Amino acid sequence: MAKEPGIKLEGVSKCFESRTGPVTALETIDLDIRDGEFFCIVGPSGCGKTTLLRILAGLEDSTSGKVLVRQGGGNRPLNSMVFQEQSVFPWMTVRANVSYGLRLRGVPAKERNEIAASYIRKIGLSKFADCYPHQLSGGMKQRVSVARAFANDPEILLMDEPFGALDEQNRIILQQELLRIWEETHKTTVFITHSIDEALCLGDRVLIMTAHPGRVKAIIDIDLPRPRDIAEIRTTLHYNELFQTVWLTLRDEVLKGKELEMAQGK
Amino acid sequence: MAKSPHNTLLFRTLSVLSPLTLLLVWELLARIHAIDTRLFSSPSLIVQAFAPLALSGELILNTLVSVQRVVLGFVAGAAPGIVLGMSMGLSPFVRSAVEPMIAATYPIPKLAIMPLILLVFGLGETSKVFTIAIGVFYLVVINTMAGVLNIDKIYLDVAKNFGASRKDFYLTVAFPGALPLIFAGLKLGMGMALILIVAAEMSAAKAGVGWMIWRAYDMFDIERMFVALIVLSVLGYIFSLLLDAVERWVVPWKQQ
Ligand SMILES: Nc1ncnc2c1ncn2[C@@H]1O[C@H](COP(=O)(O)OP(=O)(O)O)[C@@H](O)[C@H]1O
Ligand SMILES: [Mg+2]
Repeated sequence: MAKEPGIKLEGVSKCFESRTGPVTALETIDLDIRDGEFFCIVGPSGCGKTTLLRILAGLEDSTSGKVLVRQGGGNRPLNSMVFQEQSVFPWMTVRANVSYGLRLRGVPAKERNEIAASYIRKIGLSKFADCYPHQLSGGMKQRVSVARAFANDPEILLMDEPFGALDEQNRIILQQELLRIWEETHKTTVFITHSIDEALCLGDRVLIMTAHPGRVKAIIDIDLPRPRDIAEIRTTLHYNELFQTVWLTLRDEVLKGKELEMAQGK
Repeated sequence: MAKSPHNTLLFRTLSVLSPLTLLLVWELLARIHAIDTRLFSSPSLIVQAFAPLALSGELILNTLVSVQRVVLGFVAGAAPGIVLGMSMGLSPFVRSAVEPMIAATYPIPKLAIMPLILLVFGLGETSKVFTIAIGVFYLVVINTMAGVLNIDKIYLDVAKNFGASRKDFYLTVAFPGALPLIFAGLKLGMGMALILIVAAEMSAAKAGVGWMIWRAYDMFDIERMFVALIVLSVLGYIFSLLLDAVERWVVPWKQQ
């Protein structure tokens, strides 16, 4: 597998204009994300993780700096994003939501229904394929949103705390499923999470960001063997060492983030 | 407590009983001459007037004439209303170009421009259909635009992320997302259409339910007038049932 950079950020900064004046969300981010890598991002809330992902998705322009994304061949879409908030179309059934990307790309109905059905099965919602989102729980909607991104078969998967709203059991099942699919495809994945455990279970590397404004604090290799079993990996000594390392690096930033929030009276 | 079966039955009985009581009181007051039947008629007199009107086919004919005008005017107003409202919602360019005109002309009572419409379109069908269309158009265009503007921005991001073309934006996000408010506009528009049909048939009409009312006024035929009023109310009810049914069919995802 070629390990040339799939995504390269050079001095990327993002400044928002808000009513109270400019807000610097990201400051001079330098980053290489390798082709086929599972790259996790953790950081205190409000540090700019979502902003970074939106820049990668092309939904937001950086204020300065360069964003290079290696263009794959063929007509596969460049990236698909799983949004942090509820983003499943209320006016489409589960099936229509999951096959949305394929429909826009003009994949014939029969083929896209087959693909959608297989992903709907993977997220355990086969019985709900013809339901509308208002009939689903919040966690089920988030699973639909994950399936929608996967079914689109993009070069790069961008996931913004996709399992944040799920209960523990469902989260573990979906993490395991995500690992399985990823190990089949080795799709470049950028995965935001607030859970150190999740980052360690899933990722090849984890980026720890500083509190507001977001900068690169550290990038830590997660050299746990693959294929991984989530239950098993947690019992290993190395997992615990990594957990310590990440937490100690993150702790100061989380505290700083808290202070900032207090200062802003949030 | 509040929703015991006993109470449900009570409420249902009440909602049947109270209009019946009103009719009875009305009839009674007419019989003892407490009200002037030349002005206020009575339920029995109205029923007596209804039968010949219905049997001669006169009532059906006038109803059909009005229904045709309402439907034509409704479609002629709603279709461009939806298209323009969608464009205004999606394009800031179209919105800033068109919205001031809509905002400035919306407050003009539609009845006030009827004479102008008559001058422009003459006394034929067109002027009546156009009057209704104008009234429907404003309500639909305003609601459709609001419907598009109210769509959560996240859905636009999703569409963009999945590479939606301009047409995809319209068909998969803007239109379905705006549908609940489009229907709100259509329902308001239907109410407006029924108001305007009576006004439009006041002048230069030779048939229609509204015309029946004005004709009854000229001839001081109170029963005929009441029959026409009842037809209008039934029409309004049927149209709203139809719109509700279409809405349930087109917007099955709307939460009850
Ligand atoms: N559209 C926007 N306008 C103004 N400020 C924004 C906007 N989006 C995000 N921000 C600000 O940028 C910072 C980073 O936000 P975000 O990327 O959502 O953080 P995270 O996902 O890490 O919680 C926050 O301070 C937030 O208030
Ligand atoms: Mg976020």
